[in-house]
Amino acid sequence: MKPEELEVKAAAELAKQQTFEVRLICCSSTGCQSSGAAAIQDALKAEVKARQLDTKVQVGGSGCMGLCSKGPLIRMISKTQKEVLFSEIRPEMAATIVEQVVVPVLEGKKIEKPGGDLEHHWLDQEEPFFAMQHRVVLENNGRIDPEKIEEYYAHNGYQGLRKALTMSAEEICKEMLASGLRGRGGAGFPTGLKWDLTRKVQSDVKYVICNGDEGDPGAFMDRSVLEGDPHAVIEGMLIAARAMNSTNGVFYIRAEYPLAVERVEKALRQARVAGLVGKNILNSGWGFEFEIRLGAGAFVCGEETALIASIEGRRGTPRPRPPFPAVKGLWDQPSCVNNVETLANVPQILVKGAQWFASRGTEKSKGTKVFALTGKIKNNGLVEVPMGMTLRDIVEVIGGGTGTEHKIKAIQTGGPSGGMIPESQFDTPMSYENLQQLGSMMGSGGLIVIDDQNSVVELAQFYLDFCVDESCGKCAPCRIGGTQMLHLLNKIVDRKGTAEDIKTIRKIAKAMQKGSLCALGQTAPNPTLSAIRHFEHEFTERLQPAATPKA
Amino acid sequence: MPRRKSPPWGARPGRRDGRGTMSTPIDVATTVKVVAPKAPAAPKDEITLIANKWKNKRGSLIMALHDLQSRVGFVPRESAMKLGHQMGVPLARIYEVVTFYNYFKLEAPGKYVISVCTGTACHIKGSKDLLDGMEKELNVKEGQSTPDKEYHLQAVRCLGCCGLAPVVSVNGKVYGKLKTDDAHHVIEQIQIDKPMAVADQEALAE
Repeated sequence: MKPEELEVKAAAELAKQQTFEVRLICCSSTGCQSSGAAAIQDALKAEVKARQLDTKVQVGGSGCMGLCSKGPLIRMISKTQKEVLFSEIRPEMAATIVEQVVVPVLEGKKIEKPGGDLEHHWLDQEEPFFAMQHRVVLENNGRIDPEKIEEYYAHNGYQGLRKALTMSAEEICKEMLASGLRGRGGAGFPTGLKWDLTRKVQSDVKYVICNGDEGDPGAFMDRSVLEGDPHAVIEGMLIAARAMNSTNGVFYIRAEYPLAVERVEKALRQARVAGLVGKNILNSGWGFEFEIRLGAGAFVCGEETALIASIEGRRGTPRPRPPFPAVKGLWDQPSCVNNVETLANVPQILVKGAQWFASRGTEKSKGTKVFALTGKIKNNGLVEVPMGMTLRDIVEVIGGGTGTEHKIKAIQTGGPSGGMIPESQFDTPMSYENLQQLGSMMGSGGLIVIDDQNSVVELAQFYLDFCVDESCGKCAPCRIGGTQMLHLLNKIVDRKGTAEDIKTIRKIAKAMQKGSLCALGQTAPNPTLSAIRHFEHEFTERLQPAATPKA
Repeated sequence: MPRRKSPPWGARPGRRDGRGTMSTPIDVATTVKVVAPKAPAAPKDEITLIANKWKNKRGSLIMALHDLQSRVGFVPRESAMKLGHQMGVPLARIYEVVTFYNYFKLEAPGKYVISVCTGTACHIKGSKDLLDGMEKELNVKEGQSTPDKEYHLQAVRCLGCCGLAPVVSVNGKVYGKLKTDDAHHVIEQIQIDKPMAVADQEALAE
């Protein structure tokens, strides 16, 4: 297939979509699949066919729609009715949906909210959970079929790449720098700068690596993007490759995400057939090859040098930097490692311009951020909000609070590397700098809410236990420090600790932060330190009864 | 909590005893004949297929091991030796990689692999109690199989279904929004659903 043929195909797809009066899009991401989404899609298709409505009603699949706790979700788009979501649908409800909603809509009736069986399965798009979000990275998620390249193409897909092919490498880097996009994996290094550093290194072979090793337990942003919009990430990588004169790309994806791997593989095959991957991309004379490598369950492999070691087929242990991967990375060649969400932002920045992207967010943190909002919260799921939104808006308005009689105590951002932020600080606008000041970090986007029923001491123990288990063991501060610190924390949890133990924990934490080889060890003490900082009383209350200092 | 697994590749051919003193250096190419494995090993030609697919690609050991595990359900010692021999990778390197990464299993799992998610969202919602309940119900510890090899219980990091927390997955089938005392109920449900093991699913697909 030539690129022109794809354009024809995409136009035909768009035209076909417009012939349908009603489109029913079923979420087919891991979350909803787990609760039986595939069977629902089949049931709807069968129902539509049985009623001979298949020329008027389209039933299809899409990526994550966001509200995972209410899944499986179905989106209904029609010409006459405003968009609506059906929640918690079971296959046996397919007939009811078609009969009570689809058929009346086809007859031109307006449906505000159906009564009867569907009353509690009707989600208005004007609810704050949807209305307060600003979807850039997730724009296509839940709208287009991730397994059809023509759908992505019809939604401005691969236009960023087309533009990149008309620009010089330096111009692309400048555009990225001007946009203010920073690494979404957590550390927040300016993406344009990273690309520019790699661009300046002379080499015949350079690698662009997509970091899809989402190891933070409780985070699933990257999985959802890879599952819901794989072409956006591929396009982002192609643009990155152009900006650095790179020749080879590697997708590193967690093996625990089989659906994401499958969708990326399929997307790459389609892109190759369409002349967007391989030799002579879009007749530009420039070629780029992709490979997929699977992770194997090691948290430390999210660190770029460990990730590179893992791609080389070795144990995923980090190495000291410098030399940075930009100079000496995969197979000792210059390499650039970017997170999935970072790359998914790239195509739109090129299409809509750096100014458009920079118009959202705070002075130093631009654009939007995707969060996986989970824990003791009513609206569990995937949300995307502009940088600078307060944590209170995210948790209480979008998240809807705990949804129980219990109060929110704190949130944990940044997973095992981040920290706890108490409810009293929720009016802070969310940005890389602000979160760091509060003793946490942006991290990849896990946002876990805990209520007054959860002990912060036990949560700190949980995270430290995780980091100790996941420490690769290469450097002493992380290997020994973590273990000793966990030992003391276990003592406190078992009510056998003393005030001295808290002091020692602080000391060890400092040594780990200063002396560890990579970010895993440097940030492992964060949850514990932030818990002590904001909730010291919970620690002192748990000390050995005799050792409790008198108030 | 999942801990790094201990090395259960069993008695080692080429070693004097099971405690790791080496009588002769292991030469993967000519290793002493191996007693027929009790657990299923991948058929020989399948290993050749995997080796041929990956041996000319740099750094592909982990990918080859993924292929092997997805066919057999774990990484049997004998298969690893054959694979190493054909790919030109020493067994020690394979063992080093297999024991570093949590994903690889060294022992045959039970018929139903029960993975209790211990990611943060599930943890907050009481996955520890759920795991305790499972241990009591099956009378095994986390990381063990029942004597009849019917069930294997393991704690896993994060299944990525945080919206449905707490969750348990059995051979890939997810049971979500559980209560912390649902262990008995899940096991009953397994006997109704009978979810198939991944290796069997792949065999069926071929």
